Amino acid sequence: MANSAYNEILMEHNLHPDHKCCLKCPNISQRGINPSCGDEITLQLEIGDDNIIKKAAFSGQGCAISQASTDIMADLITGKSTEDAKKLSQAFIKMIRGEEISEEELSELDEATALKDVAHMPARVKCALLAWRTLEHVLSEREK
Amino acid sequence: MNKYKEYFPLLKEQQNIAYLDNAATTQKPLCVIETVRDYYEHKNANPLRGLYALSQAATDTYEEARQKIATFIGAAKASEIIYTRNASESLNLLGYSLSELALKEGDEILISIMEHHSNMLPWQQAAAHKKAKLVYLYPDKNGYITLEECRKKITPRTKILSLTQVSNVLGTEQDLKNIIALAHEHNIIVSVDGAQGIPHLPVNVQELDCDFYSFSGHKIYGPMGIGILYGKEKYLEKMPPFLTGGEMIDFVDEQSATYAELPYKFEAGTQNVAGAAGLAAAIDFVKEIGYDTIATREKMLGVKLGKALRALPYVTLYGDDDLEKHHGVFSFNIEGIHPHDVSSLMDEGDVAIRGGHHCAQPLMRYLGCGFCCRASIAFYNDEADIEKFIERIKYIKEYFYGK
Repeated sequence: MANSAYNEILMEHNLHPDHKCCLKCPNISQRGINPSCGDEITLQLEIGDDNIIKKAAFSGQGCAISQASTDIMADLITGKSTEDAKKLSQAFIKMIRGEEISEEELSELDEATALKDVAHMPARVKCALLAWRTLEHVLSEREK
Repeated sequence: MNKYKEYFPLLKEQQNIAYLDNAATTQKPLCVIETVRDYYEHKNANPLRGLYALSQAATDTYEEARQKIATFIGAAKASEIIYTRNASESLNLLGYSLSELALKEGDEILISIMEHHSNMLPWQQAAAHKKAKLVYLYPDKNGYITLEECRKKITPRTKILSLTQVSNVLGTEQDLKNIIALAHEHNIIVSVDGAQGIPHLPVNVQELDCDFYSFSGHKIYGPMGIGILYGKEKYLEKMPPFLTGGEMIDFVDEQSATYAELPYKFEAGTQNVAGAAGLAAAIDFVKEIGYDTIATREKMLGVKLGKALRALPYVTLYGDDDLEKHHGVFSFNIEGIHPHDVSSLMDEGDVAIRGGHHCAQPLMRYLGCGFCCRASIAFYNDEADIEKFIERIKYIKEYFYGK
């Protein structure tokens, strides 16, 4: 499908998610829901004492955009520091909201840029943001 | 393009779109758009207040529209027609004012699980305020509330029954005449949510003998922002006002007021005269096309759409097995694909349908699906729209899961 927001990367992560599994010993488990569309995920993270995200996984159900976005995010943040994960999340939210974003941020977002067309689908923005909002919540709670 | 689309400027302009979300709102014919424009260009003034010719013209427009609407739905008097913004507001008016009149602590309100949130939440509120109980009717497997189910749920404490005429998810028409007769045997006041009924079926409120009937103008080819509440005079007279303010009073003192006669008691503030005129024009339009033509075309197209969906093993179709009884409403799911993805991918192919819970979350849970897609037909749709829609379904399935 030429010009579809449902591009190959999104479809691949939706149909064959690498991170849709349960972690053996997560130290964070956080549920996120979009009541209006029924998307729900539980994000699990294993964060080391050095603040590095060692592993990320999720379970849940919902539309292709929410599920693919979660899998891509889990991919991206694995091996990153919580500080970097936070920066990624801020960049992603900017991109989806259609706000200005630097070349550097775009390149950091890597495969997550596959979701950039969601910026033109206002009704689907919350689907793309579900995982990232859940991550932001987890990280800010952790700082408290 | 079929000849019926010629009436609708949007459909003429955007011929690439297969518009199949008519249960959400219909497109507007040129005659309705021109009536609204004519009002603002030639007659605009504040109705009912001004003592000058222009204000009188606005008042006449407003009252002639009311008379036309009363005649159209078979009301005994024009004063039984209350203007609101939409069916939701009509039902909120009832939830507040009728419950003040009819409910005491411990009484019961009866509604069905098929109600749109508009005919559910006002009664939840009413039940909470009056310490009453909200009791639900459940449909049979084809989507109908049976008399037997009503008999099971009616108790000596049941005071109000509020029921949809046609379900916005299943498209099934309820056996209102017999249900209303049964309810009246038990002295229950009956309100009908006609938002999905009157666009497809001729309505005569006196023959139905319902005590109240609500609908929205925008679902029957009229403008947005105008709706109707019909009520029997004997109840409307005794009910307290809903909204208060300008032009709904006789006298106002510092501490009290006496309210205007019907229908003005329920119409506070400057009203939507252009909307009323537009709704009257929409009614003329429906009469010109004719309910026979509307029903014949909607059935013909509905059967085609329903059969095509049924032929696809990965599609679940909800509602009556008899495809002629859907009133243009077809709710379905594609196995393994979220309705929001279906809707977005339909949109990318210029097909407009609805995906979600259709403002009927309890019904969705009852059906066990949570969410679904809905394609809804109006008489101006045609076979090309249906074919485009079906092709797109096949495409989406393949796009996700291959051949």
